Amino acid sequence: MIEILLIYAIIPLIKIGVIVLFLSGAIAYLTLLERKLIAHIQVRLGPMRVGWHGLLQPIADGLKFLLKEDIVPTKADALIFTIAPAISLLPAFLVFAVVPFGPPDMFEGPLRWILGWFIDDTATITRIAENAIASGGYVTDINIALLFVLSVSSVGILGVILGGWASNSKFPLLGALRSSAQMVSYEVALGFAIIGVLLVAGSLSLVEIVQNQQQQQVWYIFYQPVAFVLFFICGLAETNRLPFDLPEAETELVGGFHTEYSGFRFSLFFLAEYANMIAVSALGVILFLGGWLRPFPNSDWLSFLDFIPGVLWFLGKVFVFLYVFIWLRGTLPRFRFDQLMQYGWKIFLPVALGNVIVTAGVLLAFL
Amino acid sequence: MKTTVEESTVLDAKVLELNMGPQHPSTHGVLRVKLKLDGERVLDAECIIGYLHRGVEKISENRSYIKCVPYYDRTDYIAAVSNVYGYLLGVEAMMQIEVPKRAQYIRIMMTEFSRISSHLLWLATHAIDIGAMTVFLYCFREREEILKLFEALFGARLTTHAFRVGGLWKDLPAGFEEAARKFIDEFPERVDEYEQLLTKNRIWMARTKGIGVISGKEAIEWGLTGPVLRGSGMKHDVRKERPYGGYEEFDFDVPVGENGDTYDRYLVRLEEMHQSRRIIQQVLDRLPDGPVRGKAPKIVKPPVGEYYSGIDGPRGELGYYIVSDGSAQPFRVRIRPPTFISLQALRRLVRGHLMADVVAIIGTLDIVLGEVDR
Repeated sequence: MIEILLIYAIIPLIKIGVIVLFLSGAIAYLTLLERKLIAHIQVRLGPMRVGWHGLLQPIADGLKFLLKEDIVPTKADALIFTIAPAISLLPAFLVFAVVPFGPPDMFEGPLRWILGWFIDDTATITRIAENAIASGGYVTDINIALLFVLSVSSVGILGVILGGWASNSKFPLLGALRSSAQMVSYEVALGFAIIGVLLVAGSLSLVEIVQNQQQQQVWYIFYQPVAFVLFFICGLAETNRLPFDLPEAETELVGGFHTEYSGFRFSLFFLAEYANMIAVSALGVILFLGGWLRPFPNSDWLSFLDFIPGVLWFLGKVFVFLYVFIWLRGTLPRFRFDQLMQYGWKIFLPVALGNVIVTAGVLLAFL
Repeated sequence: MKTTVEESTVLDAKVLELNMGPQHPSTHGVLRVKLKLDGERVLDAECIIGYLHRGVEKISENRSYIKCVPYYDRTDYIAAVSNVYGYLLGVEAMMQIEVPKRAQYIRIMMTEFSRISSHLLWLATHAIDIGAMTVFLYCFREREEILKLFEALFGARLTTHAFRVGGLWKDLPAGFEEAARKFIDEFPERVDEYEQLLTKNRIWMARTKGIGVISGKEAIEWGLTGPVLRGSGMKHDVRKERPYGGYEEFDFDVPVGENGDTYDRYLVRLEEMHQSRRIIQQVLDRLPDGPVRGKAPKIVKPPVGEYYSGIDGPRGELGYYIVSDGSAQPFRVRIRPPTFISLQALRRLVRGHLMADVVAIIGTLDIVLGEVDR
């Protein structure tokens, strides 16, 4: 009984708690990282006052958002206006339920050690510690994880659309229309880009995709370079980052869909954007950069790198992704709406489709 | 000019009326543009101005000729130096005051510095309107250096009250020439930096090429001047055609565009910065010694008559039409503000473009609302 409780309830709950806390902290410090990096790109210092080199700035920002007045415009649809930020934030967090941070046996050793303090029966401990649900570096590993990620993350768009519409104001409405069109069109190309990987990996489970990269001894970025480029660009568009940040193009639409939002509700949209950035980066790392694996996972001449735990490899790669996201923001101007749609439908989608066909053809012919 | 607007849109949707401004991040001040939108396509745009009207022209009628000067600082506050320059040239011409050579040269140098600073601010805001955030801060870095030079010579950074009737307030302070030389030596490198970020950038080109196209002939019909007109391929520069204040002694080119779109106007302004730099270089090389202030009476009383003094400001032909009735106060001063006139073309330029282009076109006209509203 205690065994089942541990495997299926207590340990996953602890993991969920840790991930949510870690993610919130990561988002908070991602905002600081962005401000610092962009500041240094632009020859200035960024936040310096709160804490050493502004290290406490995210906390100050969070407190400020909490203390600000929560304004609901009189003509807004109060109910939808209120829940829209939550709709936008929740899916961004939900995605991490299936994201593998580390290998399936990540917690085996620690579990044995901790459980040894409470349970005397070694057989039980072994059974718990060897159960992947308890010891894996993820909350859960479902066999349709990738579909889950795609479907859940599309729900997030709903929050943006509803928020823009419920504000009953013209700038947010335009922003919401833009974002819905943009996200829908780029999701198609993104999906096709991912199919290329699926064909190679032969699995929808994120854990298996990484394990297959280990078996095939190569990161899928080498099998699917085109898909990777497409995935990255569409990921930028999905998360509304420059050069695709049209829904909130502040110089045209003031604040875009969140113009009317203030205080904590605004901060929820803000968090959602950064959570989505991390989610897309994590997905990219899993699909193309071998998740928790080190470079060239099976070659021996790099085995001295093995002392670094898988989870650090994973987080490091995610960091690289995020860095590029921010870097681009400091460098590029913004696309125009019609150009964005043109690129999406006329270039990325055909290329993604072509990539799928070529991949499938090669697999059929040679394997 | 009467124009008809097509009211029906696709699927019989209603036209969306959108107020852009007066509080909007990219209307460059307090411009209000009433847009009629079909989706994102602009059917019509109406500029509503006057939020910054201070009655500068009327105030001038109640001040002595000398006391007017600081008010003109505040019309086009981005290029305050050129504004004062244009007015003083008019007053000096009416009074037939001889300005010493050294003062003339320094005036030209400072006016060209003011052009560079104004163009830098234009590039900064234009780039950030189109989303290139970093260029904004790079431009401000260089502009800061120019403002420091202004501060050293004039004692103020923005509203400088740069020149006096008959010359300058005082001579160049110690170390000024070295600082100016240092700036112009480093400047081309810095402009290359902006060019790296923008000129060949696919997104920048996509956002500016073919946007807000106006032919040279039409630009003249609209009364456009300055970089906007030159961007359309018309080689018009007051400095060349009616040289004033000693400009004929300096060697510089007038860059022109070909297509008259936003991208060409961008290139023209970038090249103008290089040309201004060339002029400053020549001034520094040939700066004569001597007094900086000619013989000017304490009370300026021009003879009865009228005079038009036009200079090539950073935004176009900046004119002062001064009418004197022989007293110590001008009877009438009429300013020809270049951006008031180019703003009229906004409606013509944006129609048919998308909403994002409106921002780009407002940016490319390089308007200053203080000057538009006066």
